[in-house]
Amino acid sequence: MWRRPFPWFIVAAALVYALYPYFTDDVGLRESLLLAAVYIILASNLNLMIGYAGYVNFGNIVFFGLGGYICLYLVTALHWHVIPAALTGGVAVSALALLFGLGILRLRGAFFALATIGVNQAIQQLVVNFEPWGGATGIYLSLDAYGPLGGPMQALWRTYLMIVAVTAASLLASYAIRHSKFGLGLLAIGQNEDAASVLGVPTPRYKAMVYSASAFLPAIAGGLYFFKSGIIEPSSAFNLQTSIEAIVMVMLGGSGTILGPALGAFLYEELRGFLLTAQSFSQFQLVIAGALLLLIVQFVPGGLLGWVHQRWPRTRRWLE
Amino acid sequence: MSALLEVNNISKRFGGLQAVDRLSLTVNEGEILGLIGPNGAGKSTVFNLINGVYPPDGGSIVFAGQDITGGPPYRVARQGIARAHQIVQPLGGLSVLDNCTVGACFGRQGLGLVPARKVAREVVDMIGLGDRPDMLAASLTTAGKKRLELARALSARPRLLLLDEVLAGLNPTETGGMIETVHKIRDSGVAILMIEHIMRAVMSLSDRIVVLNLGSKLAEGSPQQVADNPDVITAYLGDSKLLSVAEKPA
Repeated sequence: MWRRPFPWFIVAAALVYALYPYFTDDVGLRESLLLAAVYIILASNLNLMIGYAGYVNFGNIVFFGLGGYICLYLVTALHWHVIPAALTGGVAVSALALLFGLGILRLRGAFFALATIGVNQAIQQLVVNFEPWGGATGIYLSLDAYGPLGGPMQALWRTYLMIVAVTAASLLASYAIRHSKFGLGLLAIGQNEDAASVLGVPTPRYKAMVYSASAFLPAIAGGLYFFKSGIIEPSSAFNLQTSIEAIVMVMLGGSGTILGPALGAFLYEELRGFLLTAQSFSQFQLVIAGALLLLIVQFVPGGLLGWVHQRWPRTRRWLE
Repeated sequence: MSALLEVNNISKRFGGLQAVDRLSLTVNEGEILGLIGPNGAGKSTVFNLINGVYPPDGGSIVFAGQDITGGPPYRVARQGIARAHQIVQPLGGLSVLDNCTVGACFGRQGLGLVPARKVAREVVDMIGLGDRPDMLAASLTTAGKKRLELARALSARPRLLLLDEVLAGLNPTETGGMIETVHKIRDSGVAILMIEHIMRAVMSLSDRIVVLNLGSKLAEGSPQQVADNPDVITAYLGDSKLLSVAEKPA
């Protein structure tokens, strides 16, 4: 993997992304880049499902929310350090996804999509009624929780760096999977699941594995993000709207490509930031997102990068 | 010759239709067995039962000494049975070479990505797609897609190949080329079970032929024996007595 230039390019880009706001000491820029990084993580991992295996997961945000809850619970109730807490969240959510995946991935197409929404809503309702996690009010962090990271100010910078590291890991994972036997099997499933099975691809196992893999890093990101926010509540943790926005990001940038979803997420975040500041219309970005999705599906199903690859086939060699 | 595939008394019913009715057949190592019969006789269903797309309602399927009854298809593929579909099933968004690499990765040998690509390359050359390995499968011609089905199945390095009408829809030149290819495959030691409607081809290629009608076996034997069997003639052309009556002036 490390003999190709692409992974090094990812690492270099992540370093610039991480250090630029640090050295310019621009807190506003950091906050905006942090949100973009979270979106890149969500979109990039969702792409493993949509772009590689061809399964649209509408409830992808459940991984993020559940990871956040587990991390914050461990930090507040058991006084864990945030890093092991977030990692534990990742492992636990990933294991849970593996179990769920073996069940709901028997469904296909629209039925699978509906089931994923069901999973998100069911977990949200469970959490609302789960007192140890604060029920409907959620979990708050006291300022003491930031002590181990050198106080609140330092903690914000450090969680930013950690989230960028998770972003880089997401892209590297996308790359590694794309260039593995596992990835080839997933692509075959995405193209024609029945044919893939006849060719010998163990479809149930691979689908459950990719569902589980696509849960791991978003769950860690959820832990870090809500740790940074200092508060988690069911409505923000399991926000179906963010799930759907993540699908738009994947489609916008180019599903099935490695950099496409990241590009789509970054552009979408910029657009969102711009539209949110326009006060005349609340949630105007959703109108744009809907229109965008229609246009993409109709005219450029490959998204931005898909279009570039089609127009200049040579770029595929460099960017994939 | 020893038996590679033994199908014992398998049946399959779809609602009110008995698609396959207590059928038994055997494919020996290194032979080509032709499976023929009128439309709707249940030939493709037999393939679906053998490679595990559907479980049979009854009976058993034994391949190379292992019971493979009821699939699932990916496990059957792993045992060494590969299939070329009647209705081509290309992985359209992947290149010709990647399609075959999937076959090599997940077939009998279960190769890693790098050796699989090498095998795929060899097979693509042998099947006559060597001039366009990077082409997307979706943009191949019909003949090209038929060849791809075959190439992908062969990349798995199977012991038994199920060929479902690989000649259908090809022009005479393409048919000739494909027949030659099937000969080459048999000579490399792979046993073949083939469904075919083009009689000239199936008669010349097959070592033995099984005739299926309404889901059960009507006749079995060498191509000549089958062609001379009055029951077979009746199934294909209608009642032979009626034919001879019609020919005689009243």
